[in-house]
Amino acid sequence: MNFELLFQLLLNGLIVGTLYGVVAMCFVLIYKSTQIVNFAQGEFLLIGAWVCYAFLVEMSMPFWLGFLFTLLFMMAFGIVLQMVVLRPMIGEPIISVIMVTIGLSIFFQAATKWIFGATTATYPQVFETRSLNVLGMQIETAYIMSFVISLFIMAGFYWFFKYSKLGLAMRATAFDQQVAQSLGISVKTVFAMSWAISALVSGVAGIVIGMVNGVSSALSVIGIKVFPAVILGGLDSIVGAIVGGVIIGLLENTAEFVDGQYLHWGNLFSIAPFYVLIIILCIKPYGLFGTKDIERI
Amino acid sequence: MAGFSLRPCGDFRTTYRQDTRIFDTTYIRNAAMLGIFAVAMIPFVLDGYYVNLFIQISYFAIAALGLNILVGFTGQISLGHAAFFGFGAFASAWINNTTGIPVLLSIPLAGLMTAAVGMLFGLPAARIKGLYLAIATLAAQFILEDFFARANWFTGGSNGAAANPVNVFGYEVYDDFSFFYVCLFFLVVMYLLGTNLMRTRDGRAFVAVRDHYLSAEIMGINLTKYRLMSFAISSFYAGIGGALYGHYLGFVSAEGFTILLSIQFLGMIIIGGLGSVKGTLMGTVFMVLLPEVMESGVSALSIFEWANSTAVTDGLAYIKEMAIGLAIILFLIFEPDGLAHRWQQIRAYWKLYPFSY
Repeated sequence: MNFELLFQLLLNGLIVGTLYGVVAMCFVLIYKSTQIVNFAQGEFLLIGAWVCYAFLVEMSMPFWLGFLFTLLFMMAFGIVLQMVVLRPMIGEPIISVIMVTIGLSIFFQAATKWIFGATTATYPQVFETRSLNVLGMQIETAYIMSFVISLFIMAGFYWFFKYSKLGLAMRATAFDQQVAQSLGISVKTVFAMSWAISALVSGVAGIVIGMVNGVSSALSVIGIKVFPAVILGGLDSIVGAIVGGVIIGLLENTAEFVDGQYLHWGNLFSIAPFYVLIIILCIKPYGLFGTKDIERI
Repeated sequence: MAGFSLRPCGDFRTTYRQDTRIFDTTYIRNAAMLGIFAVAMIPFVLDGYYVNLFIQISYFAIAALGLNILVGFTGQISLGHAAFFGFGAFASAWINNTTGIPVLLSIPLAGLMTAAVGMLFGLPAARIKGLYLAIATLAAQFILEDFFARANWFTGGSNGAAANPVNVFGYEVYDDFSFFYVCLFFLVVMYLLGTNLMRTRDGRAFVAVRDHYLSAEIMGINLTKYRLMSFAISSFYAGIGGALYGHYLGFVSAEGFTILLSIQFLGMIIIGGLGSVKGTLMGTVFMVLLPEVMESGVSALSIFEWANSTAVTDGLAYIKEMAIGLAIILFLIFEPDGLAHRWQQIRAYWKLYPFSY
């Protein structure tokens, strides 16, 4: 057994898993506050990464400025999307809501391919050193940065929902819309802001992954990988999203290790999360931390 | 069919038999028969391009009707229909190649095989519904796609599988002209079966499960049984459609059955109208013609400078994809009941013209 490779892969899984966790958190944020399942989450990453690329390469801005503009753009994008497309969907059956986000997902995927091309693009070099030595292992600087940023975002979410006024309003709305509205919370603003925050944070995740792997339409696959993570953690639990993301990241890399060392089936790592997904749905549909629906007639 | 209908004044129904008739009036029945006859004349009148389009419409329409039975009538969401469609294509080719059963028989057999697979992936539906089921079927889509790429004995792996042409009583159907009638036959039979299903006890149980599953259960409807049955029937239709597709192309490759096709199927039934047999056909026609119309639209615009630029000509494939997404979004926002509803409104308008109020 090759322990060094296993350890390297597990570390890799932890880092990728935290990124999944961040995207899953954005997904859960939208689901929790607006009851909409966002199948276009992966496209948010894609758009964020491409817009940042356009700012950095085509307008040759310095990194911090381009990054800042991307954040502003993603925020506006989320708000406009919610107002134009998702607001008419309030009160529609679940199939319509799902299909609208799926429609958005194909639209934006094709649009980004059309505008930016189907080939992978790379960001200009941000860090001078390519890899660092941590605990005797070579790790790419971009990986460490992505891990740090993920932790930073998670801490930010914690603060936001625990102490900020808007975060508390969002939690109240998620708990009970009518009560929140009667207490003077603008539910419209909360809906728009939850899409804005979700788009913004997804955009950051997209940029981070783009720095590591390059920007291409493959980024939107993360949006699909998020489903096993959120189902594992429970659809309406932010903590669950992080835990689920990390578990799926570790699982993927373990599957790759088992596959590469023993089974030699090839491609096992990309399909393993979906088998897990089906199994969880059969035995524990509400996940590890999700609240169980109780229906009354 | 049920819903808002336009019967002549004084034409009241006095028996349940009358109430569940397929065609409301004799006029509608005659019109439908005339319509089928007119369609059967297409190969004599129009050229091969339209025959090809019709064949595409027919196999997609069969599969889409299956999806509508699942989504529109039973209220279970499936994002993996393309995988079942693909499974039908591979299954029919496999049955025909390994056992030598004639193609015309292997198509329904492939449908049955797909139904079994559909039930397997419908098993989570016994416990979960709505959104969770959508995600479970999404997983089914990826697992089956992976299976197609992996199972060399069944699909030929990355090389794909060869499918023999249809053989009707020793007469080999190898061109579009004769395959057209095979498709028309299957289309009419499957649509009649689908319409009749909704008139039976089981069909009404499906609708009850969709409308309120708890009430349905209290009324004595076995939820697990009917949900699984709906999955089986839906996959059966997908299998038949897929088998026709496979034998039409003569070659089945694992790449064709992606999530995008699943979404297109969902688009067809949403644009056509959920829970409407007639609407399914309209939605399929819309979805198949949309890229074609866009293509001719772009070539008609080529007199302008901007339409000849590389951005438009090279990006045509992407523009078509964007149009599919946009069509789904716009229909859901502006016409959630689909083309079937719009068709009723147009008929009502002309029926009552000029005194529409």
